Amino acid sequence: MNILVCIKQILDPDLPARDFKIDSEAKEAARGGANMVTNIFCENALETALQLKEAAGGGKVTALCYGAEEAEDSLRKALAMTVDEAILVVREGNTNPDAGSVAKVLATAIKKAGDFDLVMVGRESGDWGVGQTGGFLAEELGLPSLGFVDSVAGKDGGLELRRQTDNGVEIAQAETPCLVLITNNENNVPRIPKTRDVMMSYRKPLEKLTLGELGLDDDAIKSANGTFEVVELFVPEKDVVCEFVEGDSIDEKVGQLAEKIQTIVASAS
Amino acid sequence: MSNNVITVHFGEAGWDRGTQGVLGAGSRLAESLGGELIAIVLGTASDELRAGLSDVANQVIVAEQGLTEYQPERALAALQALCDGKNAGAVLLANDTYSQEITPRLAHRLGGSSMADAQSVSFQDGDLRVERSAYGGKATSVYSMKQMPAVVWVRARAIDPPERSGVGGAIEEATPELPEPKIRIVGREEEAQEGVKLEDATIVVSGGRGLGGPEPFESVIKELSDAIGAVQGASRAACDAGWVPPNWQVGQTGKKVAPELYLAVAISGASQHLLGMGDSKVIAAINTDPDAPIFKHCSFGIVEDYKNVVPLLTEKLRSA
Repeated sequence: MNILVCIKQILDPDLPARDFKIDSEAKEAARGGANMVTNIFCENALETALQLKEAAGGGKVTALCYGAEEAEDSLRKALAMTVDEAILVVREGNTNPDAGSVAKVLATAIKKAGDFDLVMVGRESGDWGVGQTGGFLAEELGLPSLGFVDSVAGKDGGLELRRQTDNGVEIAQAETPCLVLITNNENNVPRIPKTRDVMMSYRKPLEKLTLGELGLDDDAIKSANGTFEVVELFVPEKDVVCEFVEGDSIDEKVGQLAEKIQTIVASAS
Repeated sequence: MSNNVITVHFGEAGWDRGTQGVLGAGSRLAESLGGELIAIVLGTASDELRAGLSDVANQVIVAEQGLTEYQPERALAALQALCDGKNAGAVLLANDTYSQEITPRLAHRLGGSSMADAQSVSFQDGDLRVERSAYGGKATSVYSMKQMPAVVWVRARAIDPPERSGVGGAIEEATPELPEPKIRIVGREEEAQEGVKLEDATIVVSGGRGLGGPEPFESVIKELSDAIGAVQGASRAACDAGWVPPNWQVGQTGKKVAPELYLAVAISGASQHLLGMGDSKVIAAINTDPDAPIFKHCSFGIVEDYKNVVPLLTEKLRSA
């Protein structure tokens, strides 16, 4: 099984709201002192891929990232998680390319890298949360796809997929090659790399490519594949102030809480 | 000119609040574009759904054959065929699993652009704009859509139903050609759902990491929920820990709820959680930490251990 996982490096989504600032010129979050991290759903995808490879007792997992030079850190971490190979397509200019443009770049890099049985992406990113790249990528690659997948297992020469829906779970049979968008569950929590694997990760191949080496051009992609652009970004005003119930005893405090809840329950029913 | 608007509905949802929200967004957008509203139903359309759509849309297309059971590639092929040649400036879908999954692929096939989780879709300065949360709810973003049609799934239940009625659009049956799927859904396990769906609930009581395990969800929190007719939800931390099923999750990547009252018990309020319940009318919290981010979004709250509060609260509400 030859698996390719696309990952994205993002501004740490756990950055507290009080430290969150906007770069109004670039129309994106200001970097400030925040860390860059691998998007969590991408790490869930890496973990799912590694477990699939381990269950099969062989195969290869390649991680692909389209990002800034420093996204190499995310790929090194993937290698330390025991991914076999990594590819970084170095992003130029536009720091927040749209889903159509990203999918075009990823698809071109994937076709160059070889034939894969399974392409995996995270369901969405923890920064913009747009979640459109995976679907566009499936179309660019001409692959069938399934979203919200939380488990993948080999079955009858193909794959058995389990995915989360609004009402429960669906099981699907997939022919390969195909693309899946991964969501989190209790079984794909990303592993913490072992010290030895962290050391080994520096000996593993990490290929860096420019857009030019893929025969692509930033401006040409934007005009041919560009799907959207951010025109405004602002921090919404909040006008609620929390009224903390007070009282001398817990009974009194909870009594007030009950009263407030009862008022809403009565008017809502 | 591409000034028509298409709304997409999966028949099994029926004439629910989500369907009405999508139709509301679609009808208003069609009016500002000066075009017609075309509603497409995949799967079985009940009489109530047909009547509701026809009352607002200029045209209703129902594609039932081979589509009553959702298969992604079939739904995609059907929508591609049915949206083609309709001069659509926008195609709007609800926020169910299937709509979310299909949105970008349909956009690519129609040569359009796509966007997720829209709080509003509008036509301004000759431009189709989508407003939505970004950065886990820390910011609000407005996007300009560059390719038509703009295929967008909307936060359906938070959008007003249509104002207009009495349009009386003709209802036509369609039988688009469907491919043999390469990924086939072969089994469905529905979570036992008692009563109201989480996303339709009037009152939601959610529990988080601070509950410490699955047990409180089945005892004290459940008793409180039952006492006030609430539906139970949870934070991502509680779902990831396996304490409750994943479809209890409220948040950016879980359910988006908009109840009259959202009561957060032992939930700190990570922004990704806030994004799933920020549309609630009143938010209240029970938490030991007065500086927990959740309180910044609350109308009222109590700084106490839930163990001391919840059973007592249930007792008081039962006798109220």
